[in-house]
Amino acid sequence: MKTKIYIKSFCFLLAGLMLANMALAAGEEDAAWNNVLKQKYFGDRSIDESTASIELTAPYRAEDPALVPISVTAKKPQSPTDYIKTITLIIDNNPVPFAAAFHFTPESGKADIATRLRFNAYTNIRAIAETNDGKLSMVKAFVKASGGCSAPIGADLEAAMARMGKMKFKLEGDKVSLNQPNQTQLLVSHPSISGMQMDQISRQIKPAHFVNQVKVSFNGKPIMSAETDIALSTDPNFRFYFVPDKAGELKAEVKDNQGKEFSYTQTVSP
Amino acid sequence: MFKRLICFAVFFSAFTAFAMAEELNLKEVATGVFVHQGIHALPDRQNHGEIANIGFIVGDRCVAVIDSGGSPAQGLALKSAIKATTKTPICHVINTHVHPDHVYGNIAFKEPGVSFIGHRKLTQSLAARAPYYLEKAGRDMGMTLKNEDFIAPDKSVDSIMELDLGGRKLILTAHGPAHTDNDLSVYDDKTQTLWLADLLFMGHVPVIDGSLTGWLKELEKLKKIEARLAIPGHGPVASEWPKAAEAETRYLEMLRNEIRQYIKQGKTMEQAMAQVGQSARGEWQLFDDFHKRNIATAFAELEWED
Ligand SMILES: [Zn+2]
Repeated sequence: MKTKIYIKSFCFLLAGLMLANMALAAGEEDAAWNNVLKQKYFGDRSIDESTASIELTAPYRAEDPALVPISVTAKKPQSPTDYIKTITLIIDNNPVPFAAAFHFTPESGKADIATRLRFNAYTNIRAIAETNDGKLSMVKAFVKASGGCSAPIGADLEAAMARMGKMKFKLEGDKVSLNQPNQTQLLVSHPSISGMQMDQISRQIKPAHFVNQVKVSFNGKPIMSAETDIALSTDPNFRFYFVPDKAGELKAEVKDNQGKEFSYTQTVSP
Repeated sequence: MFKRLICFAVFFSAFTAFAMAEELNLKEVATGVFVHQGIHALPDRQNHGEIANIGFIVGDRCVAVIDSGGSPAQGLALKSAIKATTKTPICHVINTHVHPDHVYGNIAFKEPGVSFIGHRKLTQSLAARAPYYLEKAGRDMGMTLKNEDFIAPDKSVDSIMELDLGGRKLILTAHGPAHTDNDLSVYDDKTQTLWLADLLFMGHVPVIDGSLTGWLKELEKLKKIEARLAIPGHGPVASEWPKAAEAETRYLEMLRNEIRQYIKQGKTMEQAMAQVGQSARGEWQLFDDFHKRNIATAFAELEWED
């Protein structure tokens, strides 16, 4: 009987410890943001936590931590007097929390952006929108890491390296609709190497090699541009809008951190 | 009473995982070819990642270990099982690819006279994944690993390597990107046994961490090999070849064909992940844990096809 009680209390103790750990984790979810990251990326500016301006869609579980589809949807269309200037994505517990900052113009039509990111841990991802009046608002989502053998690294880096710099635009149909937002997808082939590794295994340094700048224009007018970092998946992918007023040229200019530059144009017509 | 047992189980698994090497169940599937059958489960704190099929082949002069296990403790268990089976010394540890359930036992075999053999890309893949895997081992399995526990091959296979164990020859083949980008298969000449490790999944849904089209290509080549038996990385200890690859091939072809259609129709990765191939759910274990991730990996590959 005594043993039984002892065992029971031990079980409770274990359960208690586990619960305490979980509670701690829940309370700590925002700690990195509150204590470090907010100040680091936005200084003393005030950020309103609200879904009034944007919505963030992230999977509850990072099925493939190397390729987590994330999308941000703007609540209002872009207008010359009222538009979203920038959407910044921060992944709190990644080795480099800054994932990307996307810049839009009234010509973007809609400040929606979808991309694929790497997640290294259980973490919040935040999207912070800055409107043209300088106000900041934030939405966040929690993403669980997946189980199993996967890692936030491209599956076939050699293939990505072999076609590095190759790009494509994909439109929703063959033709664009004039004077309204058209969705387009930019595919960029790049290995996106984070540079993180256990050096004593490889006995050679594999420096970081990733896309750090993207500029997209239509007939010379900027639609979307971005600063990006190692959280971008291998073969970065971006989905966004533009408003064509006539036939013309979509152009992508991409740079990486090793100074390589790539560009690509594609003609679109109504 | 039941609760009490569970509690004991938790207690023991938490505190004695590394202290005691459990006895390893092994089956001799062909003369001198021993396989331990894993379980269809995600690595966790109860199973310590000891989920894959692992084993060894005994020659007159040398034993070759094929995959060392999912934890240092399982590596030790495998080593003592080998010692209990044969007096022949262990000369080689062959790692079929980078995944933790196949390499975390390596440390148990590290000693003079033992060489570690892997695909030419294994070292780089291990180096890139180690920092992440280290953290994950703690998080998912409660396993504290050190940098030294990650052991890279000292002999690498560029395309083909013959290994003479004394009276039997192993043919090691380095494959193109398939299950991972560093898959190695082992063919035992003497018994015509084809040790495919994770190039072959049976029961456990295949996991694509390399290239979907590459995997199908490698399977085509492998099916031409005249083997009596094939040993999967996850599934029964041995099966008839090439029949053993039928279900896996069907699954991979289905994924390829459906995802190609989605891409052609301008659908997104998110849409594909939600919808593709759900009808195959009943055929596979751990489907919900890996199927969507397979779609993501395959989609990102196939959208570059044209
Ligand atoms: Zn594997």
